[in-house]
Amino acid sequence: MISGKVWKYGQNVNTDAIYPAKYLVHFEPEEVVRHVMEGLDPEFIAKAKPGDIIVAGDNFGCGSAREQAAMAIKLAQIGAVVADSFNRTFYRNAINNALPVIALKGISKEIAEGDEIEIDMETGKIIDHTIGKQWSAVPTPGFILDILNMGGAIAYYRGKIGH
Amino acid sequence: MGLTMVEKILAGHAGLDRVEPGQIVEAGVDVVMLHDVGTPGIQRPFKELGAERIADNIDCVIIPDHFVPAPTVQAAENLKITREFAERMGVKHYYELGRGGICHQVMVEQGHVLPGQIIVAPDSHATTYGACGALGTGLGVTDAAIALAAGKLWFRVPETVKIVLNGKLGRFVSAKDVALFLLKEFGESRLIYKAVEMTGPVIDGMSLESRECMADMALEMGVKACLFAPDAQTMSFLRQRAAQVPEPVLADPDAAYEEVLTFDLSDLSPVVAAPHSPSNGKPVGEVAGIRIQQAFLGSCTNGRLEDLRLAAEMLQGRTVHDGVRLIVTPASQAIYRQAIAEGLIQVFLSAGAFVTNPTCGACVGGHLGLIASGEVCISSSNRNFQGRMGSRDGQIYLASPAVVVASAMAGEIADPRTFDGGEPK
Ligand code: SF4
Repeated sequence: MISGKVWKYGQNVNTDAIYPAKYLVHFEPEEVVRHVMEGLDPEFIAKAKPGDIIVAGDNFGCGSAREQAAMAIKLAQIGAVVADSFNRTFYRNAINNALPVIALKGISKEIAEGDEIEIDMETGKIIDHTIGKQWSAVPTPGFILDILNMGGAIAYYRGKIGH
Repeated sequence: MGLTMVEKILAGHAGLDRVEPGQIVEAGVDVVMLHDVGTPGIQRPFKELGAERIADNIDCVIIPDHFVPAPTVQAAENLKITREFAERMGVKHYYELGRGGICHQVMVEQGHVLPGQIIVAPDSHATTYGACGALGTGLGVTDAAIALAAGKLWFRVPETVKIVLNGKLGRFVSAKDVALFLLKEFGESRLIYKAVEMTGPVIDGMSLESRECMADMALEMGVKACLFAPDAQTMSFLRQRAAQVPEPVLADPDAAYEEVLTFDLSDLSPVVAAPHSPSNGKPVGEVAGIRIQQAFLGSCTNGRLEDLRLAAEMLQGRTVHDGVRLIVTPASQAIYRQAIAEGLIQVFLSAGAFVTNPTCGACVGGHLGLIASGEVCISSSNRNFQGRMGSRDGQIYLASPAVVVASAMAGEIADPRTFDGGEPK
């Protein structure tokens, strides 16, 4: 179970909003995390607490394939991202970086900023404790749960490289 | 129920008889393409994986293109990392500057893309490879490193949407206009995760180059892949470039599509995507007359021979408008050489265009053609996000080569159909 307080964003949050292109040359974790959501909400890094959850509309993470977008959110210790839908490359990058992401059409209209919500990746259940409502998203496939639980795709594949 | 192209390709590479949309499979990968941004990017995950070499089943192709020739010291360092990685790993297909060009174009042109293959790259426009019937898809550097080291990767089997394009395109209406039209219809999110199969008389009448343009541009709709069934034209092109070309993997006649969407394009006008989204398409008439300072003909979307030939035909004996700089970037060295041989480059130079080496330069806003605040650029590339080509206060309009060239001559966004028999009306 993942639970936390919600920060709310809109539709088509692109990778430039999550991690501006001018920082693409950086892959160092200390530097990457400093710019999380900077293109959209420069205050985010100061106000978000470990375990908080981002909720957004359709196509979260659209734009470029840059992996720093997912890395930055993970490094900021955000508990999960819930969105109406995700851009597919962002979705992969999130899973590979052990950032839980779950999609449910229309969810961004239901949950408000500041709500306390809870997510069960395994069953797909999303509960909003503030308004006392719950919804069911598609349960996360076992393979993806394994990657998340192992701490990301590098850890998952590390033992599987045959030499 | 039969399988779609993508389902068949994934099933084949996962060692399964069939797969269902939504299923997660681990599939072998055939080719990994890397460039001068992706190669430095994969270094850390590759090391963290404990990998020492590239998996035996992977054909790795490395094509530096984004920041070439190096405009900054940082870019030079990245090119060095890229070159050294190719050397250390014994990569056979490394294209040094002056021998390759823009990655996606070089991949197809040099025969690195074959029907039925799975090809991944840390670059979103890897969808281009679908023009040859391959599953090409872009992903992050972690995925690219895993594919290189493990030779396989996890994939979610996408739902397939079939798009049937009927009718016949009018004069000066091209693949780019079709792609911008579809983007306008579907927006940036309606088709995310989906694999798209493009069919119909409009596709049948298209060159392979035009299909590459569409498969490239389709990424902006959020698709995982955009496939075209290889036809005789594609197969003969590939047989001239690759030693062994496998039989195409085609959809079963009773394949289960999530949706079949049909359009008639006989009345399609040239489409221009206004700032700041590729899906913000408008018939050219609606934006005609907007003053421009820069026109860009190039990129992996529209820097191919057919684009340059059309541009030269339009520019022959004419000049670029005084207030405009027309930047022409051939998509590869092979195209550049052929364009010189055919006299196309001479036409551009005589018209007052600025011709650059093959590079991502202006398209990615890296170098060789950035725009200043308040400037307007009409571009044949695939993205007009705010700030993509330079200043965040600049405006980028996306269009076909014909619209770009007509606008460059007119000094404002112009409808190429007003050039009848080459003469402005
Ligand atoms: S030309 Fe533009 S879109 Fe194509 S690979 Fe280069 S940067 Fe990407």
